[in-house]
Amino acid sequence: MAFRKNKQKTALRDTKGDKIFYIVNAFIMILLAIIVIYPMYFILIASISDPDAIFNGEVYLLPVNITFKGYERLFSDRLFWIGYRNTIIYVVVGTTLNILMTIPTGWALSRKELPGRKYIMWFFIITLFFGGGLIPFYLLVSKLGMVDSPLALIIPSALSVWNAFMTKAYYESNIPQELLEAAEIDGANEFKTFLSIIIPISKPIIAVMILFYAVGHWNSYFNALIFISSEEYYPLQLVLKDILIATEVIGGPAGDAATIIEQNKIANQIKYSSIIVSSLPIILLYPVIQKFFNKGILVGSFK
Amino acid sequence: MEQGLIEYNPKKKKNRFLRHYQLFLLIVPALIFVFIFNYLPMYGIVIAFQDFSPVDDILSPNANWIGFANFTRFFNDYRFATLFKNTFLLCIYGFLVGFPLPIIVALLLNSLKSKKMSERLQTIFYAPHFISLVVLVGMLYLFFGEYGLVNNLLTYLNLNKYSFFLEPDAFRPLYILSSNWQDFGWSSIIYLAALSGVDPQLHEAAIMDGASRLKRILHIDLPAIFPTISVLLILSIGNLMSVGYEKVILMQTTANSSVSEIIATYVYKIGFVGSGEYGYATAIGLFNSVINVVLLIIANILARKFSNNSLW
Repeated sequence: MAFRKNKQKTALRDTKGDKIFYIVNAFIMILLAIIVIYPMYFILIASISDPDAIFNGEVYLLPVNITFKGYERLFSDRLFWIGYRNTIIYVVVGTTLNILMTIPTGWALSRKELPGRKYIMWFFIITLFFGGGLIPFYLLVSKLGMVDSPLALIIPSALSVWNAFMTKAYYESNIPQELLEAAEIDGANEFKTFLSIIIPISKPIIAVMILFYAVGHWNSYFNALIFISSEEYYPLQLVLKDILIATEVIGGPAGDAATIIEQNKIANQIKYSSIIVSSLPIILLYPVIQKFFNKGILVGSFK
Repeated sequence: MEQGLIEYNPKKKKNRFLRHYQLFLLIVPALIFVFIFNYLPMYGIVIAFQDFSPVDDILSPNANWIGFANFTRFFNDYRFATLFKNTFLLCIYGFLVGFPLPIIVALLLNSLKSKKMSERLQTIFYAPHFISLVVLVGMLYLFFGEYGLVNNLLTYLNLNKYSFFLEPDAFRPLYILSSNWQDFGWSSIIYLAALSGVDPQLHEAAIMDGASRLKRILHIDLPAIFPTISVLLILSIGNLMSVGYEKVILMQTTANSSVSEIIATYVYKIGFVGSGEYGYATAIGLFNSVINVVLLIIANILARKFSNNSLW
């Protein structure tokens, strides 16, 4: 860039065609950004708008007749709070276990000295493309006595092989060989090298892994759907599923069209606010997460 | 302790073995985990060849082995053709939209004039990836429901309301568009990473030769990410018959089930909803994953034949 600006200013100026290209390109990208942002923005303004205004199609760009009724109703739902509490527990415990499993695995795999490395790699790779399927997995977990237990949401997802491979790739391109040689000369054994040399310089990859696993736990619903039946153990997403999805089919034998519409308005109000409240941790954390994109750490670990 | 040190230092070979042994220990928990949760279920596939009842043990001595009966039952099931077609079409349409889109976005983002703008846009494009499936499908119901934003717009434009969740025709477009809305940005990361490795001198030389930005995309950027494209192409062909059934289950209504019922959701239904025919459900799931493995192998053979980029 500097080269372009200083030395070849005249020779390398954009041609007319290029100028048009840059403008059209920027225009397309901004349009795409609006398509991405608008649905999320609409949920936000709809959650604090008057249900009648939404129903009549008056809410498009700004909230109308601001009200917090949807939030009030949502917060009086006991199950929503139970789900919220449970999910926080699942995220904290689950992610801790994930990190304890993933980081040592990724590190060991990144080392050429690992005994039987080739076979171990294949042992992991095969699982990426072939598995027993839903029913044998279910039978196994039930055999381990985890049905309707919070353990079913933590233990079977203790390690993602993809994430272990990403950690491996990170170490392969970020740990200089000289560092290990120096450790070897100092007579440090592998445990000591890992704990006192590698862990302290692994903050970026640990942060990325915490992000991936925590978001995964926060968002997952399917294991809870097949394993958990007691409401006391419901994670947030299962509670949300009942709020957001099960109620769409117009229920109740009684009621004329007007009551149905009225019920629909209230239900939708709760839906809008439940989406906002359930995504709140991610919304709040997003500026922090976003730093990783800019630093290129995330991009680097994908290579 | 002191004696130990003196003894170990001269025997470098033994010392080295010890070090590697510890490296192996670091990975033992993962090996045990993968064995239990990935390999034991593979062993559980045997019930596909049994008339398995939920109270049975997987290898109980009185297991009722029935050979391929579960498979022939599925092939003769009147739903077989529909399930196969639904799975295939959902995947192939999803692939046709979802595969090129991140590549195009990455190329365009990479050729924006302002790097700052590119970074800001990336932050926006990645955001929907963090939305949960339940919330995403909930949003679809809210936007495309009877009284949703889209129908409000249609009324505003004096058009008829459209019941997106009651019309089978709307299912695939809704599924594919929402998936792409959520993940096109995230999927473009890997291409952006490859593009960041392009030598700027190539571009400078091309500019000297009078190449336009569009031409440079086609002749410099695209070839640079070609190896990444082909690896991802192989991977996605290997996953061609596996759809995100977790999302399909959420989007299914009785009205759209004629197109939304796919092999994986059928496995779920046979296994968990109703009588719990585990053997039959496992056989159907196995049929699906065998197709995937075969597709993956074929794709890899082709990739090896026609380019240098293969998985193995």
